[in-house]
Amino acid sequence: MSALMSALKNWDDQRTETFIGNLLRAGVLLAASVVGIGAIIFLRKYGGLPSDYRTFHGEPEQFRTIRGIFHEALTLRGRGIIQLGLVLLMATPVARVVFSIWAFAAEKDRMYVAFTLIVLAVLLYSFLGSGI
Amino acid sequence: MNTLEFTALVGAGSFVAGLLGALTGLGGGVVLVPLLALFFKVDIRYAIGASLVSVIATSSGAAAAYVKEGYSNIRIGMFLEIATTIGALAGAFLATRISSTAIAIVFGVMLLYSAFLSRKPRSPKERNLPPNPLATRLKMNGSFPEGGGVRHYNVQNVPVGFSLMFGAGTLSGLLGIGSGAVKVLAMDQAMKIPFKVSTTTSNFMIGVTAAASAGVYLSRGYVDPGLAMPVMLGVLAGSFLGSRILVETETKWLRIIFSVVIAVLGLQMLYHAFTGKI
Repeated sequence: MSALMSALKNWDDQRTETFIGNLLRAGVLLAASVVGIGAIIFLRKYGGLPSDYRTFHGEPEQFRTIRGIFHEALTLRGRGIIQLGLVLLMATPVARVVFSIWAFAAEKDRMYVAFTLIVLAVLLYSFLGSGI
Repeated sequence: MNTLEFTALVGAGSFVAGLLGALTGLGGGVVLVPLLALFFKVDIRYAIGASLVSVIATSSGAAAAYVKEGYSNIRIGMFLEIATTIGALAGAFLATRISSTAIAIVFGVMLLYSAFLSRKPRSPKERNLPPNPLATRLKMNGSFPEGGGVRHYNVQNVPVGFSLMFGAGTLSGLLGIGSGAVKVLAMDQAMKIPFKVSTTTSNFMIGVTAAASAGVYLSRGYVDPGLAMPVMLGVLAGSFLGSRILVETETKWLRIIFSVVIAVLGLQMLYHAFTGKI
């Protein structure tokens, strides 16, 4: 506990940068692993079939909502797992904003805590408004 | 073409898109949308969904390196993201109310002009500007590694930069692509931020701007897993390589690559406008 306190006391810009850099790397690598697993299942099943994206059909319901995507991924369908990985990818910048608030607070930089909160509020507003 | 071949080809194309996107701070969409739409004959809506995925992948993939190595300025990025995210909401609101064709024409012409401007290296006088009071209060001035040492810089014209960022966000909400170009230009030309810091900070920011519209595109059914999978994996690998190359490359060459890519983007905008695809 005291180690954590002293770590927070000496928190500076460089620590914030290392922390945010590591967070982004972890986010994309996790997302890429999930997409990669889904890709193997998907390609083993559909690899030999023709692919055609000339006409837009819109994705079916289960690939358009978080609930549907989780359901498809948990039943180990390739495309559901890929879509889950893509959602993790989309969540990475949002997680970066959330943890920046924490990092700026550790630096005792109130001005930037406030700026980051505004960005987060706008992001959440646009996510909630989209109906996913 | 079967799915396996399609996946391999799209993955290879996306690798190049991610590489260029990470080097220029523009994201992968500039290369990816025309590649998918013209070469692979993918419907423009699926292409835009895949492009959105590619922007987030380039941004997060390359930013990990740029932030840790001290190129991206996270304070400049966070502050300006207020303008881009609110701008993106305004763009989505305006999308159904104004002619996106007219905007694409203006934007296309502007990009061609900017391609000409941004080729020029900065004069020594412009490299050593005095601190600006507002930028100092906002703690935006910083430093980055250059030629084995560290170079300091003082940020200028914050209100102009902030307004341009609002415009960049609005454009991404309206047209789906192109906001990275305005971000780099606003930081480089208006705020006088060194080029490598401008492109890497733009790269850091575009992921958040794209995430702001990700929910909308996902719920509209634009994001297809079979198409987005090779795009994401290819772009990510390309952006990892791009972030290594940027560190080793002279700014002069990065400016040339950037101006060529935005000139192509400008022509693409005009093409879309005159063929009614936007």
